[in-house]
Amino acid sequence: MDIRELYQELIIDHGTHPRNCCQLPNANHCAEGYNPLCGDKVKVFINTDNTRITKACFIGSGCAISTASASLMTEVLAGKSTQEALELSQAFKHSLTTETEDTAPELGKLTALLGTKAFPARVKCATLPWHTLEAALKEEKKIVNTESLEDIPV
Amino acid sequence: MDINTIRADFPILKQKIYGYPLAYLDSAATSQKPDSVINALSQFYQQNNANIHRGVYYLSESATKAYENARHSVQRFINAPHAKECIFVRSTTEAINLVAQCFGHLRVQPGDEIALSAMEHHSNIVPWQMLCEKKGATLKILPMNQRGELELDTLEHILTPKTKLLAITHASNALGTLNPIKKIIDVAHAHQVPVLVDGAQSTPHLKIDVQDLDCDFFTFSGHKTYGPTGIGVLYGKSRWLESMPPYQGGGEMISHVSFAKTTYNDLPYKFEAGTPAIAEVIALGTALEYIESIGWDFIRNHEQQLLAYATEALSSLPFIKLIGTAEEKIGVISFTMEGVHPHDVGSIVDQYGVAIRAGHHCAMPIMDFFNIPATARASFGLYNTLSDIDQLLQALQEVRKIFKL
Repeated sequence: MDIRELYQELIIDHGTHPRNCCQLPNANHCAEGYNPLCGDKVKVFINTDNTRITKACFIGSGCAISTASASLMTEVLAGKSTQEALELSQAFKHSLTTETEDTAPELGKLTALLGTKAFPARVKCATLPWHTLEAALKEEKKIVNTESLEDIPV
Repeated sequence: MDINTIRADFPILKQKIYGYPLAYLDSAATSQKPDSVINALSQFYQQNNANIHRGVYYLSESATKAYENARHSVQRFINAPHAKECIFVRSTTEAINLVAQCFGHLRVQPGDEIALSAMEHHSNIVPWQMLCEKKGATLKILPMNQRGELELDTLEHILTPKTKLLAITHASNALGTLNPIKKIIDVAHAHQVPVLVDGAQSTPHLKIDVQDLDCDFFTFSGHKTYGPTGIGVLYGKSRWLESMPPYQGGGEMISHVSFAKTTYNDLPYKFEAGTPAIAEVIALGTALEYIESIGWDFIRNHEQQLLAYATEALSSLPFIKLIGTAEEKIGVISFTMEGVHPHDVGSIVDQYGVAIRAGHHCAMPIMDFFNIPATARASFGLYNTLSDIDQLLQALQEVRKIFKL
């Protein structure tokens, strides 16, 4: 696969100019994620009203893939219910870690990140923000650690 | 010595990666292996495999002889006074853990101190932290400057009557700094502090003479010295090794066992419990002989030439920042690239056949010191060429293109 499939325009754009890259004081939900192998760190902040996510933000340090994944994530989450956000996260991670060629239609612009599949060492970069999102929504207090997760493509 | 002749000894270098010649620039992580080492491994299993120090039959005796010959190769290679002072372990990491446990158990008391430097690999930090936690001792850290050189003026203040050991790297895997280790050992000994030298990064690149250094312990890994994985060496002065309790219990390390009491075997077997990595030990001996056949003059000159060329070329690029600019270095260049994370650099140059390491290099305190999350690192072995470096430079331009810089 051509490396440019991995580093598509959208990835470079979000990876170098991330959206919603700031802290969200008084966020309803917040969690931290960490990849000890490469040192990538991300902190995800979520604000919700009664039913929907009103704002999602992140801060952290990481490569273009993890930064773009976090940036795109914060964009697509706005307006979704907590349940929808968790389902989207599952669908996204599933697409990255299984052989399937089918792309779930709900992924939308997140499909730009699926080029990561051909670069197994980088899959965890793309999934770190999403694991962290899930921890935030599920109120898990422990820092998410990619090395305890099973993201190795099968 | 002709570089093309040397390269022909390394079958892995003949391949193409994504259509490009392999520019393997990650020898600080692990070196490639010459034919002679690969053949030594397969030859042992094809013709000589038997357990050692056991059988009374031909194969066992011949395997034992080959195993102990390799110990003598190690002894000669590092100029140890006695072969029995060369203990086979799995890795540098295990060698340091062995000393932390056995020497630490013997010598370290609550309130004591272990001195390290600011540029240690996690392998030379964590075992000492574990020891300190267990014993109620503390770590003292010798600082470094922005060039990645140790501040030796402060060494005398770091060492106190409570310092039980100085554990320090000979060369930094993340910065390339080659420390003036002999001088450091002299200062430590003047304070009655024994010294463990982590030689994982220096041993492949320069002649090691443990008697000249007068170090108390010296460690290195087989796989970074053109030998197999899973084998490393701990050298220790007899007086320390003899006074230390065994590391692991089991076969080989005993002299006599009854349910009432076990007496331990002599050096080196006291520290080699269980069936060792016999084939790997024998192939390590072959690897050390290979290095000697190339010769230290060639290796040092060649690698310094690569380092100088790469340093000049990379420093002339305005978007590159070198991390680790010590006066004395081994062939390791760490750098960051403006606007691109090191992992992205690593993934993209890989597509052009260039293998470099990206990350914290198991040296997070160094990354914290320079306030960076990671670096990209090119490191050289005796088989690298100037064109490997040119290939890296070309690939870095491709990174810039992809990132529209």
